[in-house]
Amino acid sequence: MAISIPTQRSDLIVCPQCDAVYALRRPGHGEKAVCKRCHTVLITPRRKAGMQIIAVSVAIVVLIIAATIFPFLKISAVGAHNSVSILDAALAFSDGPLILLSLTTAALIVFIPLARVLLSLYVLVPLVLDRPPARGAKAAFRLAEALRPWSMAEIFAIGCAVALVKISDLADVQFGPAFWMFGILVVLVVVQDRFYCRWSVWNALDK
Amino acid sequence: MERSGQIEHIQSARDMGVIGCRRCTAVWPLGTSQCGRCGKSLHQRDNKSLQRVWAMLAMGLICYVPANLYPMLRTRTLLSVQEDTIVGGAIELAHHGAWGIAFIILLASVAIPLGKFLAIAFLAISVKRPSVVSNSRRQLLYEVVEYIGRWSMIDIFVVAILSSLVQLNTLAAITPGRASLFFALSVIFTMLSAQALDSRMIWDAQTRNKDTTQP
Repeated sequence: MAISIPTQRSDLIVCPQCDAVYALRRPGHGEKAVCKRCHTVLITPRRKAGMQIIAVSVAIVVLIIAATIFPFLKISAVGAHNSVSILDAALAFSDGPLILLSLTTAALIVFIPLARVLLSLYVLVPLVLDRPPARGAKAAFRLAEALRPWSMAEIFAIGCAVALVKISDLADVQFGPAFWMFGILVVLVVVQDRFYCRWSVWNALDK
Repeated sequence: MERSGQIEHIQSARDMGVIGCRRCTAVWPLGTSQCGRCGKSLHQRDNKSLQRVWAMLAMGLICYVPANLYPMLRTRTLLSVQEDTIVGGAIELAHHGAWGIAFIILLASVAIPLGKFLAIAFLAISVKRPSVVSNSRRQLLYEVVEYIGRWSMIDIFVVAILSSLVQLNTLAAITPGRASLFFALSVIFTMLSAQALDSRMIWDAQTRNKDTTQP
C-alpha cells in the first residue's frame, strides 16, 4: 500500500498543553516564546545552551556515581553506630513483596536520573559539535523525555531533610561526603532542566 | 490589558484542521497518524484519554485505602515494639507536643493525596460538561496536580531513609510496613492518571460554551 508522506506545516507551532496555534517565529536571544492563553513555554533558545548542558551533565554523572558509593548519613546513639549509602537507603524495603518497592526506589533516585543524563549526552554531543545526529538519537531523546517525571533525585533530597528532623532528637546524625554531593547534584539537575529547550533539540534532530 | 483581547483571536489546531504533536509541537495536516519529527502517534483529541484517567484514578484510590490501614513504620526499641499507620503516627507526634510536624505529615500524606484525587476527578468531569471555573484556572489546577504528584513520593523516601539508617542492633530498629508499598502504588497510579488527561480538552470547553451562548 502506498502511503503518501504528509508534509509538516513548518510555518506553525501548536501549544502541546492547550492546542493553540501560532505562526512560528524563532525568538531572539534572551527571549522566550510563551503560549498566550495557557502560558506554557514553547521555545527558549539560549546561546551556548548545548555546551552548558553537556558540562552540567558530565558533572551530574560523576556526582551520581560518587554519591551512590560513598557513605551518605551516619547515625550514633549511646555507643551504637550505623552508616548508610544512598543504595542502602533505596534497598531498605527488602523483605517479601517490599523488594519491589526497593527496586522502584533505587530506580527513581539513582538509575532513572543517571539514564536521563546519559541519554541527553548521547543526543546533544553530536548536535553541539555540528555533526549529524547519533544513531537512534530521536528514540534516545524520546526515552529521556518519557523518564522526566520519574526522575526524583530532588524529592529524595527533601525526604532526607524530613527524615533528619524526625530522628534528630533520638540520635546523633552526621552527614557523610555523599550527602553534600547529593545536595550539589540536586541543584545541577534543576539547572540542567532550565537550560533545556526541547523545541530546539527536536528541530535540530530533524535536519 | 491587551492579553485578554488577544485570546479571542487564538485558534486551536482542531479549528484550523491541523494536528499538533504533543511532544515536539510540530504541526501536521489532519489525518496524519504519526509525527514525522519525533514519532509520537498523533490524535486530534485523545478519546480514550478519560477512560485511562478514571481507571488510573480508581487504582490510585483503591491503593490509598490499605496505605492508611496498614502500618507505615514499625519501630522496635529496647522496651517496646510500635507499629504506626500514617494518621496514627501523626496523632502520636501531636500527643508528644510536636504539633508542627504532625500537621505537616497530615498535610503531605493525607490532605494532598485526597486533594489530588478530587482535583483530577473534577478536571475529568469538567472537560465533559460546561464548567463555572475558567479555562486558565483549570489549566493551572492541572499543572499544579501534575507538579505536586511526584512530590508525594517523599513519604516513601523518608521511610526508606529512616529504616536503613536506624538499625542500631538491639537499641532501636525501624522497619518499613506494608503501607509503604500501597502508598507508593497510589502515588504512581495518581501520577499516571494526571498524565493521561489530555489537557487540550480543558480548552475545548471554552469554544463549546461560546457556541451555546451565542444565538
